[in-house]
Order: sequence, then C-alpha cells, then structure tokens
Amino acid sequence: MAWTALKAHKLRSLLTTLGILIGVTTIITIWTTIEGLNQYVYGQLSNIGASTLYIQKWPWSGGGEWWKYRNRKDITYKEYEAVEKYSTLADYISPQVISVKTVSYKNNKYENVIINGTNDDYSETSNVYPDIGRFLTELDVNNNVPVCVLGSETAENLFKDENPIGRRIKIGSDKYRVVGILEKKGSFFGQSMDNQVIVPIGTFRRVYGGHRGLTIAVKTAHPELLEEMKEELRGIMRRDRKIKPGKEDDFSLNQMDMLSDMYAQLTTTLFAIVFVIGGISLLVGGIGIMNIMLVSVTERTREIGIRKAIGAKRKNILRQFLIEAVVISSVGGFIGIIIGYFGGMAVLAQMDLTTGVSITSIAIGFGFSSTVGVLAGFYPAFKASKLNPIESLRYE
Amino acid sequence: MLIQIKQLNKTYKLGEIEVPALKEADLSIEKNEYVAIMGPSGSGKSTLMNILGCLDVLTDGEYILNDQNVSSLSDDELADIRNKEIGFVFQTFNLLPRANALHNVELPLIYNGTPRVKRHELAKQALERVGLGDRVHHKPNELSGGQRQRVAIARALINNPSIILADEPTGNLDSKIGEEIMEIFEELSKAGNTIIIVTHEEYIAKHCKRIIRLLDGKIVSDVRN
Repeated sequence: MAWTALKAHKLRSLLTTLGILIGVTTIITIWTTIEGLNQYVYGQLSNIGASTLYIQKWPWSGGGEWWKYRNRKDITYKEYEAVEKYSTLADYISPQVISVKTVSYKNNKYENVIINGTNDDYSETSNVYPDIGRFLTELDVNNNVPVCVLGSETAENLFKDENPIGRRIKIGSDKYRVVGILEKKGSFFGQSMDNQVIVPIGTFRRVYGGHRGLTIAVKTAHPELLEEMKEELRGIMRRDRKIKPGKEDDFSLNQMDMLSDMYAQLTTTLFAIVFVIGGISLLVGGIGIMNIMLVSVTERTREIGIRKAIGAKRKNILRQFLIEAVVISSVGGFIGIIIGYFGGMAVLAQMDLTTGVSITSIAIGFGFSSTVGVLAGFYPAFKASKLNPIESLRYE
Repeated sequence: MLIQIKQLNKTYKLGEIEVPALKEADLSIEKNEYVAIMGPSGSGKSTLMNILGCLDVLTDGEYILNDQNVSSLSDDELADIRNKEIGFVFQTFNLLPRANALHNVELPLIYNGTPRVKRHELAKQALERVGLGDRVHHKPNELSGGQRQRVAIARALINNPSIILADEPTGNLDSKIGEEIMEIFEELSKAGNTIIIVTHEEYIAKHCKRIIRLLDGKIVSDVRN
C-alpha cells in the first residue's frame, strides 16, 4: 500500500529521502572506516602484548610537556640489573638498545637495518620466535658471543637462496655468526618488523658503547598481576634513582593500554563529530519528510475520506501514513548504508586496509533512518487520522 | 425494524450562528425496503444521509440501527458500524485511483481483518456479481463511468451490509448507463438487500418502492408506490 503511493511520486520520494541518505552515508562511511582502522590498530597493538610493561624515558601518551621528558635521565644498564635482581613478579625481563647500521654478507649490502641489542628473554617479551635455527641463549648473552638472529626480511635480502645458519655477516665492520631466522611478523604501523638484526646486549655495548639509553621490557606470565608488577617496578626504579617520596617519577612505565586508550579517545572524538554532522543531516531529512508527508496528506484527503467511510479507524490511517514515512526514510537509509559502506572501503583502500560488512553499521543505518521516519511521519499521520470523513469526501 | 429515527435534530455551528439542518425528523425503515430520499438542495437530504450512514452524529434525538443505538458513538465505533452495516455508493464513485478494481473492492475487508486469500475470493465474487468478472485487474482510469460505479457497488456489497446507501449514484452517468445501474439496484433489492437512494431526479425515484421528501430540514411526505 505504501509502495503504491511512493511509486506514484518516484522523484519526489527520492528527493525527500536525500537528507536521510546523506546523513546515513556520512555515518556509515566513517563507521566503516573506523571499524577497518580498529581492526588494524588493535591487531597491531596486540603485537605489543597486554602483559608487558616498558620502562622508558618517554611516555607513550601525555604529549605537550616534552621538555620535561627530554631532561629526564636515560634508562641505564645498571637499572636493568636492579630490576633483574629485585623484581619478584616479573617472569621475563629484557633490556633493549637500538641502533641503525649497514649490514653485509659477501657482496650484498643493506643500509638502515635496525640492530637490536637485547637478551634471551626478548623472544618472550616481544613475542618473536625463531623460524629456523634458534634464538639468543643465556650463554650467548652472558659471554658476549658475537652471534645474531635475523629478521626474515633481512635474511632474505642478504642470503637469497643460501641457508644463512652458521654464515658470518658484517654489521658495520664487525663479524657475527647467524644462529637463527625469526618468523615473519609483518609491519608495525608501517614499519617493517622483519628488517632487524638481534645481537646480545653485552656484545652491542662493547662494540657500540654502553652510553645509550635502554628500554626495559618486563613481562608477567600472569596478566592479572600486571598492576601489582607495575607498582613493584616503580618502587625498584625510584629506590635505584633515589627519588624522594612525594616527588614524581622521572621515568615512564608504558603499557599497551595507554596506546589503546589514546586511540579509543581519538576515535570517540571522531565518532562524536560524525554523529553531530550525521545528526544534522538526519534532522534536515526528517523535516523534509514531515513536509512532504503533510503535502501528501492534503493531496490525499479524499482517499482518507473514502477509507474512513468504508470503515478505516484512526489507527488504520495513522499506521498507513506512518509506514509510508518510514518506508521513504528507510529507502534513504538503505541506499545510504550501501554508499557509506563502499565509501568507507574506498577510504580504507587508500591505506591498504579493508574490513567486512558489519551488522552493527547496518543496524545503525536502519535504526537511525526508521526512527527519523517515525518521528517525522507522526504528526502528518496523526493529522490524517483526525480528518473528518464527510469533509474529506467533499475535498476536491 | 432496521432503522428507527426518533425526534432527530441536527444543527451545524457556523461560528456563533447555529444552522438547523434537520428538525424533529421521525423515520422508520424496514429490512429489504427500497427507499428514495428526495428534496431540493439545502433541504437536509445530505445531512440525513450522512447520519444514516454513520458518517455524522446527530445533535439530539435517537438513531437505532439494527437494534443498536448509534446516537452517540465515538469516531472509531462509528467506523466499525460503517464497515459492518453500511455500503456506500457515491455520485463520484470515490474509488482509489491507483488501486485496481480488486483492491478497491476488498478494501472494507482489510479494515475488518479478513485474511488475504479470503479477501481476494470475496472481492472476485462481488465483481462477478456486478458483471465485471473480466475487469478485476483494471484501474479506475481504465474503466468507463458505468464500470466504475459497478466497482463501487461491488465494494458496497462485499461485507453484506444491512443498508446500501447510494448518494446520487447516477448523477455522473448518462441516462442509458444510469438505467443499467438502477437495474443492478433492483436486482439487489429483489435479492433481499435494503437500499436507500438519495436523488433529486424523479425518474430515479420512480424505481423505488417508497419516496421520502424533505424540505427545509423536515420530512414533508413519505409515500409508498
């Protein structure tokens, strides 16, 4: 019944629903984009591991006061030793120090490879495991043995088809024996994690100097103890640095939550903006629907009279016009969902990302558009339901 | 007694002024009567028809239709009575322009909740009864005036109403087609239906068994042929 009326005014109905269409398109485009980003970001963040804490000079969030952080002391090897010695809750502790060097094997030379000096616990704190060969061992680390583990990309670049295990590569001018190749990890926020060389920290410090600032990664096998471990580590660091009670920390305890919180905050703001913009178009769309429904009620006064004369009650007329309004706006909503989805996919494609069709976004699209339909259609429908049948039948 | 009207008054309010349209009308109509209501314009015949058809309520007096007092019912209760008891036939047909004959005829059944299949079956039967069995899927603008009025009659019949109320049913038709429509009414009357026709044309009234004349809101004569 509603369809017949709408088909009779195809263009008019389509124009009427344009506001709804634009509103829903906006919301769904951004929704789809954010959903794709979420999948990517949370996937990336899970690489960090929720049960690992990072003792670092710089905080991951908190911006603004960079000069305050800049003046902080670097995290030292001595502090790593203190953590190693006093922590009771930590299951894996790895110091990390990084440099960028040129790596070569025979005539193959590669610049800008990350050299990562660490210990045998790094495998656990960073979730990296050897694909071929082995990871660093306690023995390698304690004796500063010149061995290395290669990221998959570095190994491929240097060795092509040759088996790298047991071969000697050069980092700068120093020789290292390859003991293992890591599993492929992909990239972390655009940076390849497979282009790196891991060496024992002692060897690193001996060759490149021990003055560089460290990151200490600390992992617990019991994620429920993470907060407790954080307090323990804070205590160890403050005692080692002799920070007086009441003074604030001059180091940061970073964890994945901080990044996900920061990201969540960003997306929440984005959502709020989008809902305001989408909301305004939906409001305008709603006014358009109400307007056209009022016109439609007037145009069809006689039809309403006929229906009432043959026994339509108020609720029948009310329902008829309400359904019509909801159908108009749902058509807009439906088209909006489709355009919005492909719009979002197009935005994601720019970033080489993708996502699936989400039930939530479809529900949101239909929910918004039909709610607007009901709200906008109610007054005209109510007006129609109250028309007097005799006057309506006489209406020309 | 099918219709019993006692001391009916109907007054319209035009701003401050009260305009009496019907004054102290008394009227009884039996089942299976075939009645014409006549009168010049302004005589109150349209008002009487609206009240008989439960489209309007009376100011005072009493209207008993089929043993039910319908003098002071609410809008929705009246809608229910119209649906069950009354079949309207209008001068201008009053069909839904975008709906086909079948849908127009089944419309009263939609409002009393008859299931779809049953609706279609009954609507087809009603259309066959008025000789339009082959025009079921035509829209009003694909039908002639006479055919449109037949669709309207089929719609009026579909619920087996107590009264068929026709307001100038031949007013928009030429006299030959008008005669055909009147023949249908005659047949319906023979089949036991109660028919009330409002008209100002004597030759139409001649078809009826009883003629009620109104003037200035009063019933001035009530003659059986």
